[in-house]
Amino acid sequence: MLSVREESSTARVIPPAQPRKLAKVPFVELADGRLQGVVSSGSDIERVYVSSIAAGDYAFACSTNNNRPCGGARGSFCKHLVALAGEAVLQYGAERVARYLRVESADGVATTQGIVSAMTANRPAKADATAAAPVFSRFLRHLAYLELAPTTAPLPELHWFPTTRAVV
Amino acid sequence: MRTDLLTEPVDGLAEALAAVDAFDRALAGGLLRPAPAQAAGLDGLAEAVAGSPLAARVAEAAGQAAAGTAGEDHLVALAAARTALLGSVHDALAARLDEAIGRPRGEAPAPAPAPGEPQAANLLAAARSWLTDLARTGWQGIDHELVSGAAPVVSALLADPALRRLATLLDGFAAELAACCPGAALERIPLRRWADLWSRALLLTVPGAADAPATGTLTGRLLPLGVDLHEHATAAQAQVHAVFEPAEGGAPRLVRAGVAVPKPDTVVGAGVWQLLRPHLSLLAAAGEGLTMELTGMPVTAEGDLLWHDEHARPGAPADAFATARVALAGATTPSTAPLDRHPARIATPVFLEGYTAHQEDDALAFELAGHRLAVDTDRVPAASPLTPGAVAASTACLGLLRWDDGEFRLQPLAVEATVKRKTVALHAGAWAGGTGDKDGAKAEKAATEAVAMLRERAGRLLRK
Repeated sequence: MLSVREESSTARVIPPAQPRKLAKVPFVELADGRLQGVVSSGSDIERVYVSSIAAGDYAFACSTNNNRPCGGARGSFCKHLVALAGEAVLQYGAERVARYLRVESADGVATTQGIVSAMTANRPAKADATAAAPVFSRFLRHLAYLELAPTTAPLPELHWFPTTRAVV
Repeated sequence: MRTDLLTEPVDGLAEALAAVDAFDRALAGGLLRPAPAQAAGLDGLAEAVAGSPLAARVAEAAGQAAAGTAGEDHLVALAAARTALLGSVHDALAARLDEAIGRPRGEAPAPAPAPGEPQAANLLAAARSWLTDLARTGWQGIDHELVSGAAPVVSALLADPALRRLATLLDGFAAELAACCPGAALERIPLRRWADLWSRALLLTVPGAADAPATGTLTGRLLPLGVDLHEHATAAQAQVHAVFEPAEGGAPRLVRAGVAVPKPDTVVGAGVWQLLRPHLSLLAAAGEGLTMELTGMPVTAEGDLLWHDEHARPGAPADAFATARVALAGATTPSTAPLDRHPARIATPVFLEGYTAHQEDDALAFELAGHRLAVDTDRVPAASPLTPGAVAASTACLGLLRWDDGEFRLQPLAVEATVKRKTVALHAGAWAGGTGDKDGAKAEKAATEAVAMLRERAGRLLRK
């Protein structure tokens, strides 16, 4: 969170997402108590992996959009989960990702490497695949924002959301 | 401009805001089982509007809320009282601004027409029900389950362009709350802000409240002053402030024209301009320093043009600073719609020169005629040639006067600075219509690739 001023109407509470390349990980978010998102398959353009890591216990899941389990995510994080964490750090900053996942480490969590090692050192368990469907539908909802019509009627409410130069 | 008036206290302001703050604290704890301090806050709000037509309904609502038995209609009454109180704060600040700037203000519009067909009553009811849960829980009690309840409501609202105001507000508000969960762990809460967003959203669930119909058309010349950009994670709006000169003669007036679009949160910076650009030819004209000739452009009572490209064509070149020096002082400020009377909505174009810039820690201020005016450089878009450094080194500034957190501030829209003994102008919205600038072009390319990637993914995955 950015600085909170109790008597300000227009203070930006969350910093804007930072630009990143979307080819490998088109979607990442901190939501529903998880770091979750969608990772493009390296080999098949029609396939994506739906990946998530739970805050607190780091229980992880990774499967394709057709609900097949990812071969790499058996004992520990697969490459998709590591890529997901890396892009989350780019988009939100390491501090916000670590805070959301409740990762603390003496070695520091200022980098993706630090955050991932701190989580794997905890020997996280594999989660069941129930998160995949809601994550994928959130991704589709996210993509649908590109299809929504613009409007030239004024939206006075957006005066409460000024643009900001603040970075994470 | 009389900057002394901007720093002098406004009568009654502190008392009105104290009542608002006490109510906002009551809301933070939730209205399920209000403590005595919360009841006092509710009572204070009712007392503050005791001399208004709202008095009886708000007194009843405050009583019910203090007993933990407030229904949806009671909460709407409380939101209306808070909005009315901030409306009076807006009016006092706007009157002060008019006095300081010495510019005429347009007459208040006739009362809004009766609401038309009640649209999407069930969607509005769903939004209201979520907002009610939120008020009962309070900011300190929010969790992921409660906040994610907004998602289906927002998705359904977004699909109907007529409901875009409520949809965009709830979307940004819910995302902010989600990022702040669990509420119990929050060290500080943006009390005024969240109570603003909550009460505004609640009033927008009243059918007809969001209507801002055209009340006439404009034919004449439009001289752009600058571009004001708003954005949250999943929406953006560019508003162009301009001076309009009627073709039939008569006093010039200040108007706005804008475009807003929902966006994925990964579209940022130059990507935002790219999404907005195709839907408002005025953005390109403003970027290139051109006037536009309007023919029969619909306009609301508040001076918002309901832009259609077919009613506008590019005209002769016009420098925004020349417009500001020549036409701004005599232009009429439009009055504000009743529901929009809120200090955060104040955005009055002004032109300043003859100031000295002072850097105070990481904040900038202009000293003008012996008085200090805070400069909000954070509101300059990231995808822009205008930078805080350029503002600090400027000799003239076109901006919007705003009010927040107890003081007037200047939001720079454009500055003039001396570079190699030549005067150059830098505009916050210079890249709105596109750019040949090297850094700008690089940002444009990256943004184009990001959107192309998302569209490719959407094309493959959405229609399965």
